[in-house]
Amino acid sequence: MLLNGAQILLRCLKEEGVDTIFGYPGGAVLPIYDALYDSDIRHILTRHEQGAAHAADGYARVSGKVGVCIATSGPGATNLVTGIATAYMDSIPMVCFTGQVATPLLGRDAFQEADITGITLPITKHNYLVERTEDVARVVKEAFYIARTNRPGPVVVDLPKDVMEGTIDFKPVEGEVNIRSYRVLKGFNSGQVIAAVDLIKNAQQPVIYAGGGVIASNASQELRELAEKRKIPVTTTLMGMGSFPANHYLSLGMLGMHGTRYANYAVGECDVLVAVGVRFDDRVTGKIETFASHARIIHIDIDAAEIGKNVDVDVPIVGRVKEVLQAINQRLEPVDGMSEWHRTIERWKREYPLRYGPSCEGRIMPQHVVEKIYDLTQGEAIITTEVGQNQMWAAQYYKFKHPRRFLSSGGLGTMGYGFPAAIGAKIACPDLPVIDIAGDGSIQMNIQELATAVSYKLPIVVCILNNQFLGMVRQWQGLFYGGRYSYTDISYQPDFVKLAEAYGAVGMRVKEDKEVDAALVEALKVDDRPVLIDFWVEKEADVYPMVPPGGSLANMLGGE
Amino acid sequence: MKKRTLSVVVENKPGVLTRVTTLFRRRGYNIDSLTVGATENPSISRMTIVVQGDARVIEQVTKQLYKLIDVIKIVDITKERAVERELVLIKVKADNNVRSEIVQIVDIFRARIVDIGRNSLIVEATGDSNKIDAIEDSLRPFGILELVRTGLVAMVRGGGSNEK
Ligand SMILES: Cc1cc2nc3c(=O)[nH]c(=O)nc-3n(C[C@H](O)[C@H](O)[C@H](O)COP(=O)(O)OP(=O)(O)OC[C@H]3O[C@@H](n4cnc5c(N)ncnc54)[C@H](O)[C@@H]3O)c2cc1C
Ligand SMILES: Cc1ncc(C[n+]2csc(CCOP(=O)(O)OP(=O)(O)O)c2C)c(N)n1
Repeated sequence: MLLNGAQILLRCLKEEGVDTIFGYPGGAVLPIYDALYDSDIRHILTRHEQGAAHAADGYARVSGKVGVCIATSGPGATNLVTGIATAYMDSIPMVCFTGQVATPLLGRDAFQEADITGITLPITKHNYLVERTEDVARVVKEAFYIARTNRPGPVVVDLPKDVMEGTIDFKPVEGEVNIRSYRVLKGFNSGQVIAAVDLIKNAQQPVIYAGGGVIASNASQELRELAEKRKIPVTTTLMGMGSFPANHYLSLGMLGMHGTRYANYAVGECDVLVAVGVRFDDRVTGKIETFASHARIIHIDIDAAEIGKNVDVDVPIVGRVKEVLQAINQRLEPVDGMSEWHRTIERWKREYPLRYGPSCEGRIMPQHVVEKIYDLTQGEAIITTEVGQNQMWAAQYYKFKHPRRFLSSGGLGTMGYGFPAAIGAKIACPDLPVIDIAGDGSIQMNIQELATAVSYKLPIVVCILNNQFLGMVRQWQGLFYGGRYSYTDISYQPDFVKLAEAYGAVGMRVKEDKEVDAALVEALKVDDRPVLIDFWVEKEADVYPMVPPGGSLANMLGGE
Repeated sequence: MKKRTLSVVVENKPGVLTRVTTLFRRRGYNIDSLTVGATENPSISRMTIVVQGDARVIEQVTKQLYKLIDVIKIVDITKERAVERELVLIKVKADNNVRSEIVQIVDIFRARIVDIGRNSLIVEATGDSNKIDAIEDSLRPFGILELVRTGLVAMVRGGGSNEK
């Protein structure tokens, strides 16, 4: 059958089970957009390519499928870069298509030419420049395969205009992908599993440290089985939020820089640390030398390069979390009863709960807003966050019960992530409430996506914790730079209510504690458009407890 | 700091060298030398990379390299019985008074003189890196005008293979 490159591309997307893509058109991708015109693939038009990339990422995190976005050559492609880097740092499967100038023009600084494969080399799992129409189908198939297998990540496919226009007699690619230099990991070392089982059996004070890999592996059930069988307390990373129910009696909440005191103390005191799908990030470990220094460490990760990267471990297991945990669980007998260890942890939980003081300014406390959101949605909503204090408060005070419901830029810390990600999430999962917990700084980084959310009638609730500061940076200036608030005052602001209304969204402003609940209830009732609530919160509230950067987890500030 | 020689078999595709060097730069690994060339199989190239670092660094380098989709196989041939060769061209100052002395040195190292200028000679030598260092040191007192080394290529001796 005679098809041009663009038609082949769309066929291949259907083959991969893609029904939704996020994008923004331009000259170099005109052939693709022309083919889309007749296609039943749903294209969501954002208002900025960064929005498209984050929306595809949010879609991927919620659905577990590969997110897809598309942008034109040059500035379109470079606008994707932050979104690609965000997905790369958090190991999110995405395929990003970029237009490119026609092959005869490559390398000549043609109009809107940017070397996007060069630019994205260090922030993609792999990338391709497709030089012949004949290669389109194979490359697309490989791109999806690479994006979703082993450790997931973004793949960029750069498509020159003439390659999309060229017509060939198309034959679908038969059979499985076969890349001789890339193999899907099979199995694991069962000797190591036995070693791990031994350690766990003999542990007096074990802790599980669970992360994004549990979610990527869809292994929450197996994680819970291990924890419950052996009564092992579980702490999760920011990326592991929801992999273990936060309201479970064995849950320690988040560990690390803004983790709970009891999680950090437990890690400091434990004798066996079961690290599952985590990468020992510096925000988690603090000072490496003192991290879990009494513990023998079991590390389960699909990426061999993560083993021993930051911390030496005793029992490394390279494998899929799900399969490895199943093997471990099979070899373990349940234990009952609570030990001294549990009583110690219970005491820490009683002595050092997450808490916050009353407002000094008679304003709403930002943590209170998050607690109210939790109360009203009972841990069932999808929560996205921006970056900064809003993100940490969301992680601390929203008790996640399920995986794939917390979307946050952990590794790159991208302000402006949360709102477009919420759009992707709502499209992936229209039946769940989707709430972006935002800061007044971050929300302005992709505020234009209000137009997208309005045009697709997406009832997303954006809760701005408006402290009129770049709060997290101000907090560091307060703690470590003698209170010299250099350029973090952003009190010159748009009127967010009018702004929302100008876009056709609902705008609300909440200045008093007692109005918080009613505003949220009303916002959650809206079903045909986004709602933006401007909560005027305490201006100088800080996130506590806190491990100062490079400090050891045992020495936390605040929250005593 | 230890030096390691890695023999890296990669797809012979455009951009592969960039992927490898970008990885080294980004992760802050030190490359001593890197050579790349064709092999008996036209779809494959071989890189010989001499890298500095302790065991942990070398382990990370290897694992990170493996994550590049175009990398097929890596062998650390430092500990293998391997033939290692480098080629150097040295343009050395040589007026009539010292020419015979230089020729003697060239003979000792079984090197060759490949060009004779009015006041200079070009010496070509091959050997392992120690030998190349030695000839460079021996010629330095005469005044080295220009020097270029190819970097190391290596092959495992006997029945073994770089690919095993
Ligand atoms: C302002 C700010 C503050 C922060 N503070 C904290 C904090 O206090 N605490 C905190 O925890 N984080 C914090 N973070 C986030 C932090 O930077 C990291 O993003 C996070 O800790 C990484 O989580 P993770 O270890 O679960 O790894 P991820 O980035 O989620 O990586 C997942 C790991 O699992 C592996 N994996 C993937 N799939 C599988 C599979 N199928 N099987 C096995 N393994 C698999 C991957 O190879 C990888 O090693 C903060 C971020 C910001 C922006
Ligand atoms: C794109 C980007 N630029 C800068 C930063 C650095 N940064 C981290 S947190 C923060 C402040 C965020 O302010 P706001 O969105 O108002 O949130 P708050 O901390 O006040 O909740 C900044 C500037 C970043 N993470 N991302």
